Amino acid sequence: MNAADFAYLADLLKRRAGFHLSPNKTHLAASRLAPVARRYGFRKTDELFAELRDAPEDLARAVTDAMMINETSFFRDKPCFDHFRGVILPSLLSARAASRRLRIWCAAAATGQEAYSLAMILDEAKIAKDWRIDLIASDISGFAIARAIEGRYSQYEVQRGLQAQTLVRYFAQDGDHWRISEHLRRMVSFRTFNLLDSYGWLGEVDVIYCRNAFLYFEPLAKRACLKAFANVLAPDGYLALGASETMEGASTAFVPDDASVRGVYRKARHAIRPVALAS
Amino acid sequence: MKHCLVVDESRVIRKVVCHLLEQMKFYAEEAAESASALETCRVQMPDVVLINLGNAGNMELVRAIRRNASAKRPVIIGTMTEHDVGHIREALSAGADDYILKPLDGDSLKEKFAQTGLM
Repeated sequence: MNAADFAYLADLLKRRAGFHLSPNKTHLAASRLAPVARRYGFRKTDELFAELRDAPEDLARAVTDAMMINETSFFRDKPCFDHFRGVILPSLLSARAASRRLRIWCAAAATGQEAYSLAMILDEAKIAKDWRIDLIASDISGFAIARAIEGRYSQYEVQRGLQAQTLVRYFAQDGDHWRISEHLRRMVSFRTFNLLDSYGWLGEVDVIYCRNAFLYFEPLAKRACLKAFANVLAPDGYLALGASETMEGASTAFVPDDASVRGVYRKARHAIRPVALAS
Repeated sequence: MKHCLVVDESRVIRKVVCHLLEQMKFYAEEAAESASALETCRVQMPDVVLINLGNAGNMELVRAIRRNASAKRPVIIGTMTEHDVGHIREALSAGADDYILKPLDGDSLKEKFAQTGLM
């Protein structure tokens, strides 16, 4: 891949996904794009780039999709899920006792493991039947979301993060793969969504999980997303980022929930009433 | 320092796994078969026992350790070369807490140990 093509790719990802492609990723780009080139009938990635510059939407989307990082696992970063089980869920169940409605959004769901981990916790919590619980999971990658809906995982993927008891309870063996139970699949509604697009479809949510996506974001894109998150999150809602992610320089609308659990935030007092925002 | 017993017929696997455990600051002991494993448990019950469940006879070892009246209940993790739901269920009902796929490496051991509360 030549330097001009790589620069074009970096710019495309920045425009389409707010994604920062670091300059040392030429190898990664070449290996990710080779299958896309083949699928579209190009002999080499150079030909793919020549076509890409004419900007056909579906090719640009396929290239963006292929470059996304879908690294995830069940119960990845256990403390964050323990906090959901032990603090976030009980506090919201009590705060929403009147409306009996809870809305949870996994904003960078990748191949679905995080959303299904939350679904398992919700299932184990034995919440009364008259509650309406929306578990919404989205990702920019249509490929990842298709896998999430399918709910089929390799031995390697289920081995990571799942204890044997949980595996046998919620999965059925399917050849050399494992398929998550229909019960859990029906708990989650998946959709393809770019965090830079309009959030109009979403409505207010009580919990946002957006873990480790901003690690690859351009600073401005991260700032814009956090602003949008503050708009859709309920005043007493929770936001979970990855354990190594911070708000520094990106948003003042959130404060850490509990110093012992990294990455979990609540709205800052001043962000609860948008009028008070200095902006 | 936590104490781990590694039960596997393969000398090479025992050496490799004990080495990984020592790097994780565990005190590692090894046994090639059930009788010596039970003897180790009788002298001092480890915190965790890794048992090769690829060997069908070792399922009985899991039951025998659970029958032991020692006050300490060790974490028992079966090691397997194949992911088979029947096999996993059998191991759980014999008394294993979890399983881990071979080949074992430092990352998968650490992850499993963290899940079972050992680290």
